Amino acid sequence: MTINNDAYAPSQETTEGRVYSVTGGDWDSLVTEIGQAKEERVVVNMGPQHPSTHGVLRLVLELEGETITEARAGIGYLHTGIEKNTEYRSWTQGVTFVTRMDYLAPIFNETAYCLSLEKLLGITNDVPVRASEIRVLMMELNRISSHMVALGTGALELGALSPMIFAFRERELVLDLFEYISGLRMNMAYVRPGGVAQDLPKGATKRIRETVSQLRTNFKDNARLLIGNTIWMKRTQGIGYLDLAGCTTLGITGPVLRSAGLPWDLRKTQPYCGYENYEFDVITTESCDVYGRFLIRMEELEQSLRIIEQACDKLDISEGQPVMVADKKIAWPAQLSVGKDGMGNSLDHIREIMGESMESLIHHFKIVTEGFRVPAGQSYAAVESPRGETGVHLVSDGGTRPYRVHFREPSFNNLQATSAMAEGGMIADVIGAVASIDPVMGGVDR
Amino acid sequence: MSNEKGMFGVHGSGDTSGFGGLVRSGASTGSAERPYGSYFDEVTDELERAYPEFSDAIERVVIHCGELTLHVKASKLVETAFKLRDTQSLRFEMCLGVSGVHYPEDKDREMHAVYPLLSLTHNRRIRLEVSVPDSNPHIPSLVEVWAGNNWHERETFDMFGIIFDGHPGLTRILMPDDWPGHPQRKDYPLGGIPIEYKGATVPAPSERRSYR
Repeated sequence: MTINNDAYAPSQETTEGRVYSVTGGDWDSLVTEIGQAKEERVVVNMGPQHPSTHGVLRLVLELEGETITEARAGIGYLHTGIEKNTEYRSWTQGVTFVTRMDYLAPIFNETAYCLSLEKLLGITNDVPVRASEIRVLMMELNRISSHMVALGTGALELGALSPMIFAFRERELVLDLFEYISGLRMNMAYVRPGGVAQDLPKGATKRIRETVSQLRTNFKDNARLLIGNTIWMKRTQGIGYLDLAGCTTLGITGPVLRSAGLPWDLRKTQPYCGYENYEFDVITTESCDVYGRFLIRMEELEQSLRIIEQACDKLDISEGQPVMVADKKIAWPAQLSVGKDGMGNSLDHIREIMGESMESLIHHFKIVTEGFRVPAGQSYAAVESPRGETGVHLVSDGGTRPYRVHFREPSFNNLQATSAMAEGGMIADVIGAVASIDPVMGGVDR
Repeated sequence: MSNEKGMFGVHGSGDTSGFGGLVRSGASTGSAERPYGSYFDEVTDELERAYPEFSDAIERVVIHCGELTLHVKASKLVETAFKLRDTQSLRFEMCLGVSGVHYPEDKDREMHAVYPLLSLTHNRRIRLEVSVPDSNPHIPSLVEVWAGNNWHERETFDMFGIIFDGHPGLTRILMPDDWPGHPQRKDYPLGGIPIEYKGATVPAPSERRSYR
């Protein structure tokens, strides 16, 4: 046979036996040859360009028949060097970079970064209450939009197309709110060291409440489609099993940890931004599987809506209060405003610094181009992002630029569980397992 | 930490600002004195009780920003980690990865590895820090203690060149396999080219004026 020279399925002898590399095209020759082999062992390269790998994730699967004997994840295809880049920008500019890491949860990246930075600056208790309320509001809205992508694409990857239509419809409502509040739908750089970039627009809470009631109605569509759906349950129950011991040893947090029955949610256990003042439940299941994680995300949507409503009540009371720390040496010199092309300096501020006050201009120039100095030291702050613990390790050498910014990304960490979840299962189930981890490759690779 | 000269990062030209002679030495956070406050006394006491070699293994105890950092000798890291994980009164079940930091001016301790630990049982956080010389950047791997450190150690190796002894497969994870150098070290350039915009040229980020 001349299979060795086959353009589509060349083979070579190795110490472990004959290895075939299939690049597509002529499957007949492969099937013929495999039929003669003693054992059926195929290595399949899934991704990095594959519609069901949640972005540029590469899975190297070793198969025996349709059973996975070894699963390895290859990452790094979206590495952008954000951590290195921030070392060459001011502390405030860092927000603009880190928001792009986990692009489905930008507000969480910004908040975690700012909380860690505020710890280093020693101004944690000086951040205005209203700023924290806005942060909570934005984070919970963001949790909804992120969970919507997790549910929508997760269902899509398992072959259920309609849930995605609904999920993206809901996500769009949230993104519209983001655009209305911050001028941008994603990567807003809205949370800033010491507060937020600008106050909510007038009448924002009314519009947010309307969206909340709209979302509450809309969520029923997906719930009706999937909860208790026989096909969906057959594809997800008992799949991607990972128990509590597995979770802790692998450092897994977020919905995957809660699906193992542990009610660990940083919003409850180590509250930040005033989460201790909100009423909500931590959702858990005992099933340790994909279905359990799906149920947790569905139920967390409702909890997020509850928090948003409470945040709106609080924001109505704190109307008119500052949203940026009072210390002029740290605070951005002016509140920004939303223009046609997104967020920018307000005309009032431009008029003041260009036409009225030389001192304001100097101050603006100092803070904007030079930035502020951060006392030397290191700090770690973590928030409960939709995927688990987003932790930020910051090191300062006392200068105006970060010495080191490290993100402990839940996606990066949790993706390690792929092997534990997939090995021994069927190849079709690896999709569900990965989808239930909900990795975002921008966060994994940074 | 680092010593900075001058103020505006300009070198090689006349000192027009008058700040050229300014010397700032970066302050490093000193060791903490007892009582540490919060649960930090309890954690160190319990570790001392559970680990007889505590005084030999722990070089320094630092409290900063309301966080406890234990500086551990590289050779004692695994033992300390096992004690922290398994002692009933400590129970740090989770390690949240490794963050490398490169301090070129910290002689013979250039490479630092920082491990944030989390105890789910006691709801506590502490941090371990290990420093090794750049000439011999070997730190024992903690994968046998917390399996989830696998990728984090690979990342720190990839970015800083710290070698984690005993790691099951210490290969690059984010950069391509054949990449030369370790990008997040301070002696590794950021790169970038000047950009022309509306007739003016904007230099690469690393070439721009920095206010040090």
